[in-house]
Parts: sequence; structure tokens; C-alpha cells
Amino acid sequence: MTIGSVPVKFRISVDHDQCMLCGRCVENCPYDVFRKENDAIHVNSRKCVACHRCIAMCPRDAISIKERPIDYRSHPVWTTGVREAIYNQARTGKIILAGMGNAQPYPVIFDQLLLDACQVTNPSIDPLREPMELRTYIGKKPSKLEFLQKNGDLDLITYLAPNLQLEAPIMIGHMSYGAISLNAQQSLARAVSEIGTFMGTGEGGLHQSLYPYQAHMIVQVASGRFGVDIDYLERGAAIEIKIGQGAKPGLGGHLPGEKICADVSRTRMIPEGSDAISPAPHHDIYSIEDLKQLVRSLKEATEWKKPVFVKIAAVHNSAAIAAGIARSGADAVVVDGFRGGTGAAPRVFRDHVGIPIEAAVASVDAKLRSQGIRNEVSIIASGGIRESADVAKVIALGADAVYIGTAALVAMGCRVCGTCYRGLCPWGIATQRPDLVARLDPDVASRNVANLIHAWTLELSELIGAAGINSIESLRGNRDRLRAYLLDESIMRVLDVKPVGA
Amino acid sequence: MMYRNIDARGMHYTPLNRAIREAVASGVNTIEIEQVMGQRFIADGLRGDVSITIHGVPGGDLGMFMSGPTLIVHGNCEHAPGNTMDDGTIIIHGSAGDATAHSIRGGKVFVRDDIGYRGGIHMKQYLEKSPVLVVGGVFRAFLGEFMAGGLILVLGRNSRAPIRERGIGSGIHGGRIIIRGDVEERYLGVGAKKTDLSDAELTAIFPLIREFGNHFGIDPEPFRHDPYVQITPSSSRPFANKYTWE
Repeated sequence: MTIGSVPVKFRISVDHDQCMLCGRCVENCPYDVFRKENDAIHVNSRKCVACHRCIAMCPRDAISIKERPIDYRSHPVWTTGVREAIYNQARTGKIILAGMGNAQPYPVIFDQLLLDACQVTNPSIDPLREPMELRTYIGKKPSKLEFLQKNGDLDLITYLAPNLQLEAPIMIGHMSYGAISLNAQQSLARAVSEIGTFMGTGEGGLHQSLYPYQAHMIVQVASGRFGVDIDYLERGAAIEIKIGQGAKPGLGGHLPGEKICADVSRTRMIPEGSDAISPAPHHDIYSIEDLKQLVRSLKEATEWKKPVFVKIAAVHNSAAIAAGIARSGADAVVVDGFRGGTGAAPRVFRDHVGIPIEAAVASVDAKLRSQGIRNEVSIIASGGIRESADVAKVIALGADAVYIGTAALVAMGCRVCGTCYRGLCPWGIATQRPDLVARLDPDVASRNVANLIHAWTLELSELIGAAGINSIESLRGNRDRLRAYLLDESIMRVLDVKPVGA
Repeated sequence: MMYRNIDARGMHYTPLNRAIREAVASGVNTIEIEQVMGQRFIADGLRGDVSITIHGVPGGDLGMFMSGPTLIVHGNCEHAPGNTMDDGTIIIHGSAGDATAHSIRGGKVFVRDDIGYRGGIHMKQYLEKSPVLVVGGVFRAFLGEFMAGGLILVLGRNSRAPIRERGIGSGIHGGRIIIRGDVEERYLGVGAKKTDLSDAELTAIFPLIREFGNHFGIDPEPFRHDPYVQITPSSSRPFANKYTWE
């Protein structure tokens, strides 16, 4: 009793006048918040995670959830989060595991950047009338083109490295089968195939049911090498070496044995119920030279037909690291900012390690340009891309394309409750429990995800058209199209962006 | 038998691998490569029923992602032969560098002499696929680190005790490491435990020792009467108690 109960995080109330005792809340809540007794719905608020499944399913809007109904005495330093972490660790002596992305209220740089639009002298372009080019190629670009002149014909003799052709500069990042359900992966795969873009497999292998979409899948090779064999490498449209992840830079991954069901076990090629441990480093990479060797081993295994990406977490020295990656023979560098999501990460890493994607992309782009090697790699920005404006802004800061993760999950129903690590996702996304997985209908969910990417693509066309640009390539690294609103001078210098009014 | 001889002198690894692939595709099942001098990635991602004899010293990642072939090396190997190998056999008449058989998921690697640091790191097994690494000599630190399946057997030939380095089986959560002679507890890594190998268990693995002997012309019989220890996970869930929910 030294510490006792902490206040409930959420208080649920049922409006019994509205409630018709249909029991949908009882059926839908995997956390056992609701029970039906004596012709009334009773609740245990303490079990609630605010996933909103009950709210979504209640036909009478009879349920309401109040966050933090009883709060601690307010204090700017000893916040609720800080106090509860101490109680938790005082009880358990363990590392606190958390879900989704960074939950600290750090300022969002995107929200301090404003986009440009044309007026009078340089007319804006109407996407309804003019073709807008959003097609994006990911991969190495030659520094020059050489031709051979023969009987009046010109033959290109420059070697062109394989590139991925994206119909919009938006891809879906790596979320493995295991971290998310097969229905979730299938929904994403169908959406990217329909749109003409790509998604990552994560480090969980490629399930057989995804083979029809393999031309739109980027297969991942991470430190655990789960599910990696020559067949897997050959199926992917591209191969991504995962070095780090924005949600937990410097750490590996750890899929607990409970989530290794028969099917996940087959796809990862490990026994059922055993922990899948991806160590922090790759055991064959201890330097940029070693990274070069892994990049080349993957290219050699697939006969130099596939682009190879390298994904790093955005950290203090991202720019120098990316310059090394550009020289390793990799075709793209993925920079994952500190707001990147995850199924599970130590809270202390999720909230305190890494840097924002905006600053990382700007500095990586600037470094590669200053060394004359920007054409050697494409830059893919990920971690905290929430809407089309973020896509436009990060491209203007130097990215070629983005990976979205959380946004695609939200399109499938995710409410960002951040409880993915429990494996009980009521939306059928971050779970392997068959009854929960069955709730996610790939016919509907794939439509939702495709709609989202399509809508962002339309907005991007409008945004660049308004800026008098008819090709996404002309926005790339075009910092003149950005202005900083209330950012300090040092950040503006890193971003290479002028203040509003300048 | 269809035979092909390849002279690798001065050859980059890409044309060398292309020559190997073309030979295998044309039905060649026995290849001999002469003058190998540090070419990396030999037989990288190679499939097929083919035996490749390598004369010289191949570079890193020999037989990486390989699925089926047999590689016989007359010389030493650089780091990570058998890296993420799927199936097949690698027989090394010499020593091998660090991370030998790294993340191997099937097939066998035989090293006549010694291996470097982190041998057999993150080996894993699944159903009928259970990889084997047999080392005739000694190893450096962190043997079988993060090991998740398969078998590492160290014979320590020409030495009374093959181990004088720490971190054996650090983070091991599957598979087993068998070492001839004894291993002091202080050399075991986190999550590893040691037991004696019973006579029945030795009998069960003896065919591997015989196979090792056959590859290198070494009499296996003297190994039959020595004591062995085996190192296995103290738990298949080494990190199960590390976390609490937010």
C-alpha cells in the first residue's frame, strides 16, 4: 500500500437512457472493460486504453470517455507522466515499454514552416487544366549522360542503375507481419499496388499471400535476418537494409514469443513461441566499409537488378552518416525522424532519443550537395509525416519521397491509443489474435489507404500548382518555397530557410 | 559429371559469379576455381546442385545467401563465410575470420582449423532446417552470441582446452554449443548455461565428427572418448522479464 492505486487514465460512462443493451461494447472490447449484468452495462474504467472501439461500435452514442478525470496536483516539472513512470518503476524495477511515436510535447517544426503560393507575376497552375508531374524515381541518377553517335543515331552508353518508379512521392514504411496483422499488410499491399507506389515488408519475411503484390514491396534485411533467403530477396522490388529506426535509435527489435503464432513463425522462419530478437547492430557491420560490403552482397546476390536502400534513424550525425551511405553503393537513404512510430519501444528511447525529420533531411540534403553526391542516393523521409502539407514541406527541405506509417494505420481505423505492445489491437491491426484480425476487412481497409494516398496526391498537385510548379522535382530542395514562422535563427540556418516576410 | 575450370586471377567478383552462374545454368555440376585472391561474395545467392572447389583465399561473405551448393576451400577464409546461408555445405581447409556462419539458417560449415570472434552468431533453425558449424580448432570471444537454433561443435584439436575467451552463448535463446573439454563458468555469456554432454548425446552427434574427419582426412576415433560440455539457453525468453507496460 506504499504507493496504492494511481488515478484511472480514462473514465467511461454509459448513458443508460440511450443504451439498448445490444452488447456490442462487450463483444468489441478486448481489454474486458465492459460486462453485461442484471440488464445493465457495467464498466471497469481502469482497463480502458481509449482505443475507441466501443465508441465506434455503439449504435446509440451511449458511451463517453473522459481522459484523466482525476488528475494529480498540476505541476510544470513533476508532470503526470513523470510521476506515473516513477510509480511504475518503483513497483517493477523494469524498463517501461511504450507504443506508437514520441509522446513528448516537443514543438513540431513542420507547423512552423509555411508554403508559398504565386500571385500576379508568376501565375499559379491549375491542376484541372495542366498536367502535374508527381511521378518520382527512387535510386541513383547518373552524374552525366554519354552517347555514342552512329550513322546519325544516338545510343545511350551510360549505365543506368535500377530505379523504382512511384506514381506519387508517398510510400508506406516498413511494418512487419508480426508487428501488424496479415490483414493489415494485405490491405496496405493492395493499396500501394493500386496507386502505383511501394510498401516495406519490415523484418518479418514476406508471407505467401503477398506474393501477388511483390512488385510493389520493398523487402527488408535487418539485424535478425528473419525471413531472409535468396527467394525473398529476388521477390522484392527493392531491398532495404535497416540500420536504425526513429522510434528507438540505437536499439534492435524484439517480437515477444506470444506473437510468434504458426503463420508468423513460418514467415520469419523461426520456431513458434520463441522470441524473435533483432540485435542492435548487424553482426557484419561495424563500419561504413562493412555497410558497403552488405550493400554489395545484396546486389551481387540479386545480380545488380534491385535498388538497395539503407534506413537510419535521424540522429545527431545523420548528415555525415548519410554521406557514408551514399558512398557505400546504396541507391537510397531512408532517414527516420524521432517521431516515427513503432509497436513497442522503451519509453525513454521513444521520447528522448533522435532528432526531428525536418532538420535531419535538410542537413542530409545539404551535406550530399556540398560533396557533389546528391545524385548518388535518393532521400526518403519518414517519421511523423501526418498530412500532405508535411510531404510538400519535407520535399522542399530536400527529400525525394516519404514513407508514411502511422497515417496509413489511422486510415485503417487506428486511434493512436499507443497500446500496440499488448497485442490486443481491437482494430485488427497490431494483433495476431484471429478474432481481432478478422475485424479488419482488406477490401475496405485497402480502399481507405488508397483513398488517403490519392487524396494527398490531389492536395500535393494543388499545392505545387499554386506555387507555380508543375513537377514535384522542381519542389525538391526548393527551400525558397518555405518560410519559417517563429523558428529561431539557428534552426533556420540548419533548414536553410528564410523567415516569414524576408 | 560436367566440369568447368575458372581462372580467377585478376577477376572482379561480379564477372566471377556470373561465370559460376552461367556454368551452373548450363548443367555443370563440378567447378574448380584457381587463383582466388580475396574476391568477395563467391557463390552469393547461388542455387543448384554443384560442387565448387576454390584454390586460394576467398574474400568476405563466401556463400552468403547460398541455397544448396557445396564449396570446398583449399585455403583460409575472410570473415563471415556462410553468412545468412540457406542450405548447402562449406568445407574450409584452413581457418576462417570473424562471424563465421553468421545468421546461417540451414546447411553445414566445416572449418578445419580456427575461427575468429562471434562464430555462429545468431544461427537459427526452423522445422527441418537446422544448421551446423563444426570447428576443428579454437575460437575467439562471443561464440554463438544471440544463437537461436542449430548446433556449434568445437573440437579444439591440438589444444587441451580450446577456450580462453569470454561471452560464449551471450544472449543464446535456442540451439546448442558443444565444446570438447571443459569450459569454466566465467567464460559463459549472459543467458547461457552449461551441462555435461552425456554418452548418448555424444553418440548422437558422433556422425558429425566422423563427417568432419572424412572431409579433412582426420581420424575421428580419438574424439570419441573425451569429455564434452554443452552450452544451452537458460531460457528461450531471455528478455521476457525486462519490460513493464507504460
